[in-house]
Amino acid sequence: MGNRSSLLLREEEIAQIQEATGFTPNQIERLYSRFTSLDRGDCGTLSREDFLRIPELAINPLGERIVNAFFEESGNDRVNFLQFMQVLAHFRPVKKNNPNRLNSRQEKLKFAFKMYDLDNDDLISKDELLAILHMMVGANISEEQLTSIAERTIVEADENGDGMISFEEFCKALERTDVEQKMSIRFLS
Amino acid sequence: TSSTKPLREYEVLSVEFQRVETPFIIGIWIFFASLAKIGFHMTPKLSKIFPESCLLIVVGVVVGVLLFQADSVHVSPLTPDTFFLYMLPPIILDAGYFMPNRLFFDHLGTILLFAVLGTIFNTLSIGASLWVLGKSGLFRCETPLLDMFLFSALISAVDPVAVLAVFEEIHVNEILYIVVFGESLLNDAVTVVLYHMFETYSEMGPSRITYTDILSGLASFVVVAIGGTIIGVIWGFATGFVTRFTDEVRVIEPIFIFVMAYLAYLNAEIFHMSGILAITFCGITMKNYVEANISHKSHTTVKYTMKMLSSSSETIIFMFLGVATVNNAHVWNTWFVLMTIFFCSVYRIIGVIVLTALANQFRLHKLDKVEKFVMSYGGLRGAVAFALVLLIDPKHVPLQPMFVTTTIAVIYFTVFIQGITIKPLVKILNVKRAEKRKPTMNERIHERIMDHIMAGIEDIVGKHGNYHVRDKFKRFDNKFIRPFLVRDHRGAEPKILETYSKLAMKDALDYIRRNASTI
Repeated sequence: MGNRSSLLLREEEIAQIQEATGFTPNQIERLYSRFTSLDRGDCGTLSREDFLRIPELAINPLGERIVNAFFEESGNDRVNFLQFMQVLAHFRPVKKNNPNRLNSRQEKLKFAFKMYDLDNDDLISKDELLAILHMMVGANISEEQLTSIAERTIVEADENGDGMISFEEFCKALERTDVEQKMSIRFLS
Repeated sequence: TSSTKPLREYEVLSVEFQRVETPFIIGIWIFFASLAKIGFHMTPKLSKIFPESCLLIVVGVVVGVLLFQADSVHVSPLTPDTFFLYMLPPIILDAGYFMPNRLFFDHLGTILLFAVLGTIFNTLSIGASLWVLGKSGLFRCETPLLDMFLFSALISAVDPVAVLAVFEEIHVNEILYIVVFGESLLNDAVTVVLYHMFETYSEMGPSRITYTDILSGLASFVVVAIGGTIIGVIWGFATGFVTRFTDEVRVIEPIFIFVMAYLAYLNAEIFHMSGILAITFCGITMKNYVEANISHKSHTTVKYTMKMLSSSSETIIFMFLGVATVNNAHVWNTWFVLMTIFFCSVYRIIGVIVLTALANQFRLHKLDKVEKFVMSYGGLRGAVAFALVLLIDPKHVPLQPMFVTTTIAVIYFTVFIQGITIKPLVKILNVKRAEKRKPTMNERIHERIMDHIMAGIEDIVGKHGNYHVRDKFKRFDNKFIRPFLVRDHRGAEPKILETYSKLAMKDALDYIRRNASTI
């Protein structure tokens, strides 16, 4: 499959993707082969079902939201290869000499922030936080306890007292976290 | 005996030292080692320049000289058995129990590379180099190849006690710390195997070694390492299981933790497995479950007892090392000592350079020049080497006295020269320092979210990396292990709850302190 898929990618496409995402041609070809193997319908784009057919992703508490991030990039219900790559580019390791656009600390944090922020108002409300906690922690915890965890989290980060966490406050709360490290994976080249 | 004593008088006061001699002397040792430690902390100037381990050795030497003058060193305090059975386990348990698990497993690849390949490389290269030099007649004594390898096997292992003692004080960044420290813990398996292997070989004599012996040496390495780890993990699970039922008898909770970890160590030693690996992994495993089961007070007890035991063991080890230096059985061979120190340092540097180049191919965070330097410079040798060299039988290995002297010299060199200079060097080279911190609620939750994101992305990309593996383990743990080992199993994210209750407790305490009058 690797050979067939590399034939389908034209040189200029690779160059274009490389320009847009910073991946090396080798990485692009590798990921393209993964892309085509996910693409069950052989139509060059991925649907929601194509993603959710990955068994681990389907049971990941954030699976659906991660998949949504891909469709937000595309704006409709199919994801083409370039869009696929643009989302993945967020997780490229940060190189010191190359302050790249998609994989900067800011962009990585933005990606994590969007996991909470469902209504896209650039604020995490208590309900949005609670929803995430529900998904992660599971059923055995009492509602009151989850609520008090959510409240405590917001109070801790909230600086302007609006009862919500803005993106700036979110970044501030994670000042000491090595986001560059935590939100990067080594793509095989 | 009683028959010679006049029985008529009832003695009001009698002196009988014999009966209490051993425990009394042990008590005196611990007392003086602890006094010495207080002394250093009261002289801030001294402890700023010298690492504590150096000062303890110096005190040990002074005591040794006094004892030597008084001609009363009839009991050598640092015997291999007291070291391996009583002094080493508390230090390693402390290290394993408080191991930052996540950091450790994230860097496990690099750590294993250094612990296994690095130690084998050092052993073989140091042994071969010493043998070649011995052939040239530089040492003016017979240097059989196998004896040289036996010596290099014990001298090339980085020592967890010395590394901990020095690195705890300088607070380098966590990656550097975990790599050097992890190496020193895990290389025990390699050291034990190489040591026993060459010991047996040199008893057999070079002519009778067959290829099968070498192959079984390799096989025994796998057995010793994996066996030790498995024994540790099993005891760790068992500890979790037992503490599940202690909610009615809270006072014995710490006992289970200490005794069962110690049993894991001894259990591994019975079969000549790596006891260090067993107790390390026992600590790593049990912590996950024990902390959820035992009371808050028991937890505090465990923490402080463990810290106390390990720090006193460490104190005593360094002091004994000093005392043991002073005796008249030394065989000093200048060239042999110099060349051993030289080869130890050079091959350590070469090993680090080659292996980091290899490791960096696979790492997200590349180890840079400064880190390489600290890693090669932080390769301290310590009491494990000394205890192992004492174990060599001089009847089989006539060079043993010279080995003992050389080992002491190497330990002094690494603990003093490297130990004293590493602090200023870390400052000059501007190594990133560690910042101690407790996670905030935000950090805990958002970092968990990042883990889930990364696990999801790895699944999408089809790469089975760290996040994917951890995710799988966590799911397995939550479904099949925790329900059996944890009394009150609640939810999939115990860490988030734990952070929350810790912070809530802190708030409550702060509130009490501020409003003491209202209660």
